[in-house]
Amino acid sequence: MSDGLVVEGVESFYGDFKALHGVSLALEPGKVLALIGANGAGKSTLLKSICGLVSPKAGRVTWRGRDITGLGGAQTVALGIALVPEGRRLFKSLSVEENLILGGQIGRSGPWGLQRLYDLFPILQEKRHQPATSLSGGQQQMVAIGRALMSNPDLVLFDELSLGLAPIVIKDIYAQLPKITGQGMSAILVEQDVTRALNAANQFLCLVEGRVSLSGKPQDHSRDAISAAYFGT
Amino acid sequence: MDLINIILQGVLVGGLYALFAAGLSLIFGVMRLVNIAHGDLIVLAAYIAMEVIRLSGLPPLVALIFVVPVMAAFGYALQRGILNRTLGGDLLPPLLVSFGLSVILQNGLLAVFTADSRKLDAGVLETASVSFGGLSIGLLPALMFATAVAVIAALQFMFYKTALGRAFRATSDDAEIAELMGLDRRRVYAWAMALCLGVVAIAGVFLAIRSNFDPFMGPGRLIFGFEAVIIGGLGNLWGTLAGGVILGVAQGLGAAIDPGWQILAGHVAFLLILAIKPRGLFPRMDG
Repeated sequence: MSDGLVVEGVESFYGDFKALHGVSLALEPGKVLALIGANGAGKSTLLKSICGLVSPKAGRVTWRGRDITGLGGAQTVALGIALVPEGRRLFKSLSVEENLILGGQIGRSGPWGLQRLYDLFPILQEKRHQPATSLSGGQQQMVAIGRALMSNPDLVLFDELSLGLAPIVIKDIYAQLPKITGQGMSAILVEQDVTRALNAANQFLCLVEGRVSLSGKPQDHSRDAISAAYFGT
Repeated sequence: MDLINIILQGVLVGGLYALFAAGLSLIFGVMRLVNIAHGDLIVLAAYIAMEVIRLSGLPPLVALIFVVPVMAAFGYALQRGILNRTLGGDLLPPLLVSFGLSVILQNGLLAVFTADSRKLDAGVLETASVSFGGLSIGLLPALMFATAVAVIAALQFMFYKTALGRAFRATSDDAEIAELMGLDRRRVYAWAMALCLGVVAIAGVFLAIRSNFDPFMGPGRLIFGFEAVIIGGLGNLWGTLAGGVILGVAQGLGAAIDPGWQILAGHVAFLLILAIKPRGLFPRMDG
């Protein structure tokens, strides 16, 4: 039994649309997986199937030896899986600090707390009493990351971390990523920018129309091979 | 002096309308549920209070010690058992189910308590008043208004300063993501309904002291509550109090012109405000 994440033959639907056709992956503790693929390839659905927002119709998701298939989001977060959702989805009627506190209210112990986050993203301390959605895109992404970290997860799922952000901001956030994953935490990184994702990851998985087209370690495959897998050619 | 007196009485009655409306506002704010049975639940609370008083001999306002928790527990069970099953996406199913609940409550109360109109007796409190400078303020209306202010202040504090309020706001903003913070929406909604029916219990007892009640007066109270919420602006609790006051004053002025115009004047004021400010007088800034 793996003490990390194991996904076996998962089939999930996005509404009536079958988004995943039997996807499998394995992720060891402390490792970072880049999940790449074109729009509509099923990346977000896969993340949601792992964290419990989508219930797979077939297949199995195992986390630290425990079957978590179809468990709701409220339970998976208690087991140490956190999501940084696509588009951030901050709570608009909550302040920055309230968003962060809410992330931590599940009460898992670990290194992350308000002060630690404010050390990582000092700007959030300065703006902690402002409505979360009044911040700039990059700062909102920091809140979204912080909110996920506050639950002291062992696995963080980052969905489209850099979507809609200025390149300079993306660089800043990626510069902080090793400080986050360096704590023995594993991560799955969904990213449009394939090169950036591959550079930040130990392994990758490429999806095309809900199926795995290529997976492995980034250094074991040529960029051409990965590119071909990405476009499904 | 007469005019000032009319306005003053209208303001105080507005407190009762705000009590009708506060729970409605809370429920719509948290789960976008338009609860058609809200008025009938107020009447149900009045009958429960009547039974509590019959069995215990307590004065009506003291009986609230029992009526509030009973109604809150009923609200929790109602949400978990029925209303939660209807929520998700479409606005229509919860609306229809609450309409059905309204019909069931009315006819259930009719079967148990008959159509006779009832009233709770609060003794001297009902007639006691203080006068100064030609104005006379009834103790009961004053107490009703003070209670409305206290209830709304308490809800406001709960909503913006406590963990429960944070859970309500987060679930209202994005229930799916709130789930990932460990907030089970079905439980959050059940707590909101429990709180709502706790306020309904207070409203029901004041209603039953102030006037006669029968099993079919719920829909009328629902309308007053709705109008107060809409006038004040959706999602703004202090606005709801202002809405209740405006409604009360309009009714008072209407009744002063002709007793038959009392209710109509309230509706006209509501329509006018809706025509001029469709989002109410004090809409919440966001969204």
